[in-house]
Parts: sequence; C-alpha cells; structure tokens
Amino acid sequence: MSESAPTRDGFGRELVALGKENQKIVVVSGDLEDATRAEYFKKEFPKRFFNLGIAEQDVLGTAAGLSLQGFIPFATSFAVFMTNRAYDQIRLDVCYNKCNVKIVCSHAGVTVGEDGASAQCLEDLAIMRVLPNIKVICPVDSIEAAKATRAVTQFHGPVYMRTSRAAFPVITKDTDPFEIGKAVVMRKGSDVTLIGCGLMVFESLQAAEILKKEGISARVINMHTIKPIDEETINKAAVETGAIVTAEEHQIYGGLGSAVAEVLVQNIPVPVEMVAVKDTFGETGSPRQLLEKYQLQSVDIVSAAKRALQRKPK
Amino acid sequence: MSPKCVDINTMKEKAALFRKEIIQVVHSAGSGHPGGSLSAVEIFVTLYECIMNYRSGDPKWEGRDRLIISKGHATPVAYVTLANYGFFPKEELKGFRKFGSPLQGHVHTKVPGIEFNTGSLGHGLSVANGIALGAKLLNKKFKVFCLLGDGEIQEGSIWEAAMTASQHKLDNVCAIVDYNKIQENGPTDEIKTLEPLLSKWNDFGWHVVEVNGHNFHELISAFDKFQSIKGKPSVIIAHTIKGKGVSFMEGNCKWHGKAPQGDDFKNAMAELESKIEE
Repeated sequence: MSESAPTRDGFGRELVALGKENQKIVVVSGDLEDATRAEYFKKEFPKRFFNLGIAEQDVLGTAAGLSLQGFIPFATSFAVFMTNRAYDQIRLDVCYNKCNVKIVCSHAGVTVGEDGASAQCLEDLAIMRVLPNIKVICPVDSIEAAKATRAVTQFHGPVYMRTSRAAFPVITKDTDPFEIGKAVVMRKGSDVTLIGCGLMVFESLQAAEILKKEGISARVINMHTIKPIDEETINKAAVETGAIVTAEEHQIYGGLGSAVAEVLVQNIPVPVEMVAVKDTFGETGSPRQLLEKYQLQSVDIVSAAKRALQRKPK
Repeated sequence: MSPKCVDINTMKEKAALFRKEIIQVVHSAGSGHPGGSLSAVEIFVTLYECIMNYRSGDPKWEGRDRLIISKGHATPVAYVTLANYGFFPKEELKGFRKFGSPLQGHVHTKVPGIEFNTGSLGHGLSVANGIALGAKLLNKKFKVFCLLGDGEIQEGSIWEAAMTASQHKLDNVCAIVDYNKIQENGPTDEIKTLEPLLSKWNDFGWHVVEVNGHNFHELISAFDKFQSIKGKPSVIIAHTIKGKGVSFMEGNCKWHGKAPQGDDFKNAMAELESKIEE
C-alpha cells in the first residue's frame, strides 16, 4: 500500500469524467463544493452546476425538480448537514417520489478531524438506510469512490454515498470489479470474519495481519454497499467462519453493524462484535487521535475478533 | 400562453359545483381538509379553465405547464378539479382517501395530472424551481406554477426557494399563495404573522400581484401579467376565505382538517346546492 487519498477526491474526478460523457449530469451544491470536490465539475461545466448557498433543504428539493426534467442531479454538501437538515426532503421529495437524485456527501466519520463534533457525521448510514427506495454506499478508497460514482448513474433511483475528508490508504485497483450490492472478500480466512466499510476495511486488513501472527485466520470483507446489503456473503461468512466483527466510522446504533446483525439474526445467528463509535459525539482532534480515542483502529478490531471467538459455542 | 379566456359565468358555475363535490368527497371519506380546499377553488378553476397549457388525455405531454401543489393537503379541490377537467373518471372520486384507491390523502402522482407527491409543507417551491431550472437548461418554454398555503410559508425552506428563484431569474415560475389567513390552530396573525407579505416577496426579488382570490377577473389578469414578466419569478398573493362557500366553515380553523358529518354535512350541502341554483 503506497498511496492514500480522500474518497471525496475519487468522487470529484469521476464526476467530471461523467459530466463529459453525459449531458444529463448536473450538480447542486450547498456552498461546500470546494470541500466536497464537486468544484472540479463546476470548473468544467459551470452551466450545469448550481450552488444554491447554505440551504440544504433547497438543494435537495431543487435536485428533485431537476430530476423530473430528466437530469441526473448529484446533490452535495457535508454528510452531517445534508442528511440531517434536509432529511424530510430526502425522505419525501427524493425517496417517496423515487427521484433519480444522487446524494453524495463528504466529511463522514470522525476522520473529519479538527472541525469537531458538529461536522463529524456519525449517524448517516443509520438514518439513510432506513428510508425505502434508497441505496447506501460507503466506498473503501478513492478508486472505489470513483467506480461507485459512475455506478450510481447507471440506474434510476435515489442514492446516498458518504465520502471522506481524510486520506484513506488505497487498497483496491482500477481493474477490481465493482458492483453495487456485491461485497468484496478482500482476504480469505476461516476462524472469524471482519466486515468493514470505508477506512475500517483497511483497519480490518491490518487487524487480520496481527491475528495471523497469533494463529487466527481472519476473513476480511469490504461491505461497500450498506443497502442493499449482501446477505449471501454475510451468511456464507457466518456458516464458514462462525464469528463476525463489524467495523465502521459510525455510531454503534443503526449502521453497518446493525445491518449485518439483522441479516445474521434472521438467518445464521453467530456471535457478532461491533467496532463503532459508542453512542457519543465526536470532538476536535487529528483523524488518528480520534480513531484511537473512539477505538476505531486495527487493535480494536483485533480485540473484538478475540471476543467474538470467545463467544463461539465450544 | 393562456388560451382565449373566457366565460366567467361558466367558471362561476364550475366553482359552485366543485365546492359541492369537495364537501361530498371529504364527507364520504370521513377525513380530509375542506377549509383549505374551499379557499382555493377559484384558483384551480382559473388555472385549468384558461391559464395552463395541458392535455387531460395525455397528462404527461412534454409541452404542458406544470402545477406543483405544495399545499399537498388540498387534495379535495385538486382531485375534484382534475376529474372535472377530464384527467380521470369522476366516479373515481368516491375512492378518495379509501384504502386501495389511487386518490391518496395528500396529492400523489398515482393520480393523473398530479406532478409530484407532496404533503409535508415547504417543499414544493424548491421542486418547482428545479423543474424551471431544468426547463431553462433544455430551452423549454413551459411554465411552472406552485400553489402554496399561507401557513406553509412559515417554513423557512420556502424562503430558501424564494431566494433561489430570484437569484436564478426564474421567470418561468409563478407561485400562488392561498392567503386564507387561517392555519390549523388559529389565524396566522396570532401564530406567526406573514405580514407584511407583499413587501417580503418583493424584497426577495419577486414580481408581486395581490388579488381577491375569489374574483376570476383579477386572477386571470394576474396570471396574464406573469406571462410578460422577464427576469424575475412572480407570486400572486390571493386573498381568500378559508372554507369559502359554507357559512359555518368560513374563517374557522376547526374546518382545516375535519370532515363534515351529520347536520354539518346536510347544512353545507344545502347551502352549496342553493348557490348552484342561483
């Protein structure tokens, strides 16, 4: 692993490529395009870019209206503002009307860093996935973010995707296939499965290396699509490894962990341990300091894996 | 593009008929919003009789003008209007608010002629703007109308949209405020006054026209004026009476969201019948 990049960069660049190919792509922004990287599109296609100012409800409603005219609007802002302030618009205008709006928001997770709690979105996966008609994606690195950005334009319907401010290690390749709803087994293993999304996949791979030295074989899965979740891969992992750890830069209630647990509890109940923010808001700090404080690192995934193994029936 | 208007007497007859049908459907459903439907009758008749460009047999005809009913609870007047103007058979009105019927309690695209599902107030103007922006990008000439409630414009999101329409010079947008002065729990002035309403819209960069919302001549004239305004959106502030047409409903917030039953229903129908006979 030699390079790192924020996933927002992958989104920003691919949006430009898409804009060149497809005149229907438009972007609606809540004045944060420099930070979300939607500004790359703005520079190339100023007539198809609309900064509606600090007005997230307006951004979403307007995007919905544009979609009725056959455009594919990307609505962008920070995750915490778009998903929270404009939740009613996402619910009703976008999801209930099944509008072809792609909501892509940066600054998800604690790795937002110094801005602190008000900017660190830790609840978006939970509140987005509970809405009907929407797909929810958390790309693992900038390469996957680019692929996901392209993939979401290839069907009609609402999408929510979270991207990062901080650089994530690049762990996929351009040639790796990407399909919405299809999780990727990044590392084979048989004793326990580590299911992560976003940065936590990298942390899970690190954890798997540590576990290997202790004679524990850990499977690592990149669950980039939270909804629709890949039940088959989850159930297969449960059957074949018997213990699951989930890891996410998100609250422990309602996110990836809950989504995975819902599948297991209804199919193959096995011990599940969840690595996530434990029902608290974030704070100012560097990304790494915060990951450490909120126990979102490989060492935490290792501990969780051992707890899960302990709970396997003898 | 308003076609040749118009026979005002025909419009008055339709208004009288629609009021009766509104009371009938809400009564049959046992629930619904009569007050804010009765106040908007002339607005709807004007739009569908002689202002909007549409094809009732082809409700998705590309060249049509669009109406976003942001006050989505005005289903009684919306559905009665659409049925009477040929968008769907009138006997389907019996299904209003009934399980299994497309006639959902708040406007729904399942009903031919409804452009967008609404029902949570404050959304429609942004959506109208989005359609209008799209139209300008595609160089399409249709107009976008947006019906707003007065209580509804207490929602801040409406003012976000108002700023956008002005900023982007959306002269293909015409908002109508059904200014009936009453919201669910009382007069708007006692809760969160909208006054001074005209100057607010004016200061937000809109072309403003104030009319008696029950006077066809004034409504027609206001809509005609909109067609000639360039470079800014228009708003018609239509002074109306909540519950208009039924004496005990007029100006009474109790009838915002209550279905008339028993004697109330009989008395309302009797009053409205007598108006038809006039």
